[in-house]
Amino acid sequence: MLKKIYFYLMLIAIWELVYKINDDILYAWAPYVLPSPISVFATIIGLLKSKILLNAILSSMRRLVIGYLISVVIGSIVGFLMIRFKYIEENFSSLILGLQTLPNLAWVPFSILWFGYNESTIIFVIAVGSIFSISLAVDSAIKNINPIYLKAAKTMGAKGYKLYSNVIIPAALPNIIAGLKEGWSFAWRGLISGEMLVSVTGLGQILSKGKDSSNISQVVAVMLIILSLGLVIDKFVFGRIEKSIRCRWGLM
Amino acid sequence: MFLIIENISKNFGFDSKANLVLDNVNLLIDKGEFVCLVGPSGCGKSTLLNIIAGLESASCGRIILNGSVVRDAGIDRAVMFQEPALFPWLTVIDNVEFGMKMAGIKREERKRRAMKYLKMVHLTKFKDSYIHQLSGGMRQRVALARALAINSEVLLMDEPFSALDSQTRNILQLELQRIWIDTKKTIVFVTHNIEEAVVLADRVVVMSTNPGRVRKEFKIELSRPRIPESPDVTYYVRKITDELREEVEKVARDEYDGGWNVEKDLFLSNADSNMGIGL
Ligand SMILES: Nc1ncnc2c1ncn2[C@@H]1O[C@H](COP(=O)(O)OP(=O)(O)OP(=O)(O)O)[C@@H](O)[C@H]1O
Ligand SMILES: [Mg+2]
Repeated sequence: MLKKIYFYLMLIAIWELVYKINDDILYAWAPYVLPSPISVFATIIGLLKSKILLNAILSSMRRLVIGYLISVVIGSIVGFLMIRFKYIEENFSSLILGLQTLPNLAWVPFSILWFGYNESTIIFVIAVGSIFSISLAVDSAIKNINPIYLKAAKTMGAKGYKLYSNVIIPAALPNIIAGLKEGWSFAWRGLISGEMLVSVTGLGQILSKGKDSSNISQVVAVMLIILSLGLVIDKFVFGRIEKSIRCRWGLM
Repeated sequence: MFLIIENISKNFGFDSKANLVLDNVNLLIDKGEFVCLVGPSGCGKSTLLNIIAGLESASCGRIILNGSVVRDAGIDRAVMFQEPALFPWLTVIDNVEFGMKMAGIKREERKRRAMKYLKMVHLTKFKDSYIHQLSGGMRQRVALARALAINSEVLLMDEPFSALDSQTRNILQLELQRIWIDTKKTIVFVTHNIEEAVVLADRVVVMSTNPGRVRKEFKIELSRPRIPESPDVTYYVRKITDELREEVEKVARDEYDGGWNVEKDLFLSNADSNMGIGL
């Protein structure tokens, strides 16, 4: 832990040094190209004080959670339908695979035409960006269940709905969680892409405004905030869930 | 007759006799009987057991249990697989309770009965452990408790103890005999180990290979509990080994294109030989 802190302090020191050299002697690039870590830090403090940041984070998170939940629900349903009905699997899996590789940003114009410049557009972009990866993950997680579990379950009288809730879902859970985590990272990207193009209160908007006013400190500050939020959620939400499942299965 | 295996044939491919694994297998098993299936590797023992379990369908023939034809897996036939096949997301006791939960039995009742079976296999102390925290032998014991907890009249076991060391195996064999005497289940038990078969079974069915058929049946009329080293057991082991030798040689010849001959003494002197896999 301490080692990591040293490492990052070093990195920041080098960053400051590079900034200083350019600012005082070199003049190799314009001042809005690279901010100093101090001004980035000051910007973060400033944003925090003015409540702009807090509001932006809250409204971004709200959107993200709504969009993500929609995609988890629809994505899982599509995944289960693919398992249940061979017809869907055979005919739609390549389409879904194609849709999954489509970048989030490509959905924005489509979404604007459907919903206009508002909240729904962004939620749509978030959801649509992760739905397909979640359905594919659910599909492959269930297909990769060790068949011996299903055989054993059948000999113990597990059928239909009970088979799903007591065997198929728990057996596929480690891989489903991995898929949900991946879906979350797609949702995150969708959020920022959406917010940058559709101006509503949010992190993407602050980022976009920073660019418009050539305020590199603000741009970098928001990038760092996005990065840390992503990291924290990844570690503390998905990381915890994954760890507890792996512990239970003895996969450590 | 309680369990009837009638004209069972199994063909994995679509065409001809090339893939014929089981050819017209007939067996009649009494209620409460302990039958062991032995035969060279690949002769179709697991396939036959899976067909009885309803996990695989026969190409021909049918299984009749207690007067009705078997069509699917069901709780009237508990199965113990060669691997423990326990659920890693459940604790030991939840694994044992699984069948009862599926049957809709109430929680307290389930717990009470599961504890009874865990006691039988001496694992009550580990009831709240997860599967990966147990040793291989303990896992097989949990699997046994889980199979017993279904409370079915038939128990189908596919080499359940083959991955264990001989001490653990002997203990489990003793436990299984005791449980069988207590519960009077009908047991079909697949093994490579002839000594194990003689110690456990009322009847040992020797299968031939390519395609799989019933070659010969031996009634083991010895008092219980049987001790593996006793002369009576050794006598039967030798008789069955002799019967099997020819089959195993056949497998070896097929596999090594004729340039292979099994030495006679090898099997005569080695009672604990694992037929088939040793080759
Ligand atoms: N799903 C399958 N598809 C095609 N062939 C199969 C399949 N399962 C088994 N077989 C073939 O059927 C034969 C019998 O297999 P089975 O597993 O029943 O043998 P076994 O007697 O249990 O052998 P062992 O003692 O080694 O476990 C083998 O030759 C195997 O190749
Ligand atoms: Mg087998």
